[in-house]
Amino acid sequence: MTTLERSARADARTATRAAKATRPARTPRQPLSRSGKKEQRTGWAMLAPAVILLGLFILIPAVLAFVLAFTNARLISPYPATFVGLDNFARLFTDPTFFRALLNVAYFAVIVVPVQAGVALVLALLINKQVRGTTFFRTVYFLPVVTSMVVVSLLWLFMYRQDGLINVLIDRVTFGLVQGPDWLNDPSTSMPAIILMSVWQGVGFHMVIWLSGLQTIPADLYEAADLDGAAGWQRFRYITWPGLSATRSLILVTITIQALSLFTQISVMTQGGPLDSTTTVVYEAVQSGFVQQETGYASAISLVFFVLVLLISFVQRFLTREKN
Amino acid sequence: MRHAKKRLIVASVLAASLVASLAGCASAGTGTDGKNGELTLWTHNGGNTEELAAVQAVVDKYNASQDKTTVKVQAFPQSSYNDSVVAAAASGKLPCIVDIDGPNVPNWAWAKYLTPLDLSVDLDENLPSTLGKWNGDTYSVGYYDVALALFARTSVLEKAGIRVATIDEPWTKDEFDAALKALKADGTWDKPLDLGTADVGEWYPYAYSPLLQSFGGDLINRDDMQSADGALNGKKALEWAEWMQSLVTDGYVAPKSGADAALDLENNVSAIMLGGSWAAGKLSTALGDDLSVLPLPDLGEGVKIGGGSWQWGVTSGCADPEAAMDYLSFSLSPENIADVAKATATIPATDAAAALVPGFEEGGDLALFREFSKQFAELRPETPAYPFISSEFTKATQDILNGGDPQATLDKAVKAIDGNIKSNGGYTQK
Repeated sequence: MTTLERSARADARTATRAAKATRPARTPRQPLSRSGKKEQRTGWAMLAPAVILLGLFILIPAVLAFVLAFTNARLISPYPATFVGLDNFARLFTDPTFFRALLNVAYFAVIVVPVQAGVALVLALLINKQVRGTTFFRTVYFLPVVTSMVVVSLLWLFMYRQDGLINVLIDRVTFGLVQGPDWLNDPSTSMPAIILMSVWQGVGFHMVIWLSGLQTIPADLYEAADLDGAAGWQRFRYITWPGLSATRSLILVTITIQALSLFTQISVMTQGGPLDSTTTVVYEAVQSGFVQQETGYASAISLVFFVLVLLISFVQRFLTREKN
Repeated sequence: MRHAKKRLIVASVLAASLVASLAGCASAGTGTDGKNGELTLWTHNGGNTEELAAVQAVVDKYNASQDKTTVKVQAFPQSSYNDSVVAAAASGKLPCIVDIDGPNVPNWAWAKYLTPLDLSVDLDENLPSTLGKWNGDTYSVGYYDVALALFARTSVLEKAGIRVATIDEPWTKDEFDAALKALKADGTWDKPLDLGTADVGEWYPYAYSPLLQSFGGDLINRDDMQSADGALNGKKALEWAEWMQSLVTDGYVAPKSGADAALDLENNVSAIMLGGSWAAGKLSTALGDDLSVLPLPDLGEGVKIGGGSWQWGVTSGCADPEAAMDYLSFSLSPENIADVAKATATIPATDAAAALVPGFEEGGDLALFREFSKQFAELRPETPAYPFISSEFTKATQDILNGGDPQATLDKAVKAIDGNIKSNGGYTQK
């Protein structure tokens, strides 16, 4: 089987070499010709809309949050914000609710990342077959993704009620032996309930990404595997899995960031309760910033969150790097 | 080819400058409303057709009564109203006249959104709970107030052998507890008492802080409004918290009730409901003579109910405050107050107006609510810290209902409130 792996790698290597060859050699000191300058201007003009929008709505707010985190800025106040040093952070790191929020987010991410990625991969493998009806299933699995998260949350809010659809189903299936809990109002079931719903909603999106990865694996590798007599599991283990390495790190990073910024479901369904069992870092930031009007403190939460996400992404990049 | 490029460049530059100019607009501009004899009025009742129509009618009457000033109404949905005002204030685009939820008045006055009222009508006629005051100035005035009451079926109370409480003789705490026990024992209702616990938001402090006050606690020490220590986590407050929790653990109250408390009472899902006077009309149509409207129980320190509903104020950035004050003075005529109160099924702010609304005359079936308001209403603390206190109290009460440790929960709320007041320099006017 290693021959197969090696041939796949060799393929990739020739591809990069080809790409390098087509790239024009750059000589920066040489002045640009008139047409070159024009081309550059066009390039900038094409970039401008995206750059300006990103700067306005991502970069400037991020810089502002960084500055505001060290002030006592408020949403409503007759006085200008003053510099308060690390006060906000000192308060943040002694706030038990914040640590509970971190713990909840970690719990959510640790379950959601592998489960959502795994289920999405299984779904992708299932619908990657050339049989009738795959388009139908592709659409069905993708439907929750194109539905607004607020709508999905409201629907599941009803399903999770004490007398809601899920408990009625549990009751019917077990002939009344098992009575479902009050899912969202019980601290021990609220987070699992949110996790289940979130995976259901998000799985279709990652299924499509897996699918695109699957379709980049050359069919001749599978043909070669057939000739070598490799069957089901071996085909997956030695062709599909290595072929998906780039897709894998993309999925890992996107699900992780998505999971860490959990907010909508919480805001609609539980408002962080009961007893802080579902509160999250982003929910706490929004709550402090808008409901409690403490812009400075909310910025501090966002800043800590930003650093955490950055660290986790770096670690993931490091772990999934291409080893040479 | 060249043309295509040029077009692309022009389009990109246009798009970019559009974005840049939009961004510029957001930060520019100071209070501009009120110029050229045109005033704008913002109201929260975008989703409430009856109230909006009543306000519009008052405005139309004013516009027809003189030709110096034209008032224009702009309505917002209630849930996003406060955010809209805060956003408008931040960019200096507040209208001349805004409506405000009573307890938020000190916060907005402190933030200098509002200017003290200078009206030609005598505000002493108004129910005290319809005036928004802070630091000795009156910043807002309302057409109406609302009152809290318990609603039940008389037949149900009689069958369970429970005395029908009256305004002079409300239930004591023991009587109330015994009544709940008897109703629970009956077995008809899974949760006999409906406190409306599903309604997270201003309902929590509005409905439950009076219960806390009836126990002898409070949201904050009112003498200087600088700390909640002792008021919200003292012995009395702890008794309140333990009692609230026992209502859930004894199975009298659901920690998350149904979405519509009045409907649940109508359908006999609950036996007693804590609700606002606004529910009275619907309930009396549904239950007829069988409906009993009872005062809240006296839990030790007398009956307390919340006071203060939506009120009107003039913003400090208004270019023509005299015109705005003139409109407000006009709108406070007894006829106008009566029209709005009729449309909203609320308690008219003045006696003169009350005489014009059927039901509120002496002995009328709605007069009781006006009495409740007069005798029992306690305003939520008049401090700029109120929005923060409100959110902390809501969170603490939810945690207590869900089984959190009462003392620890209250201590946490007190610590947060005191920290907030301190970080704002005590909310004093510099």
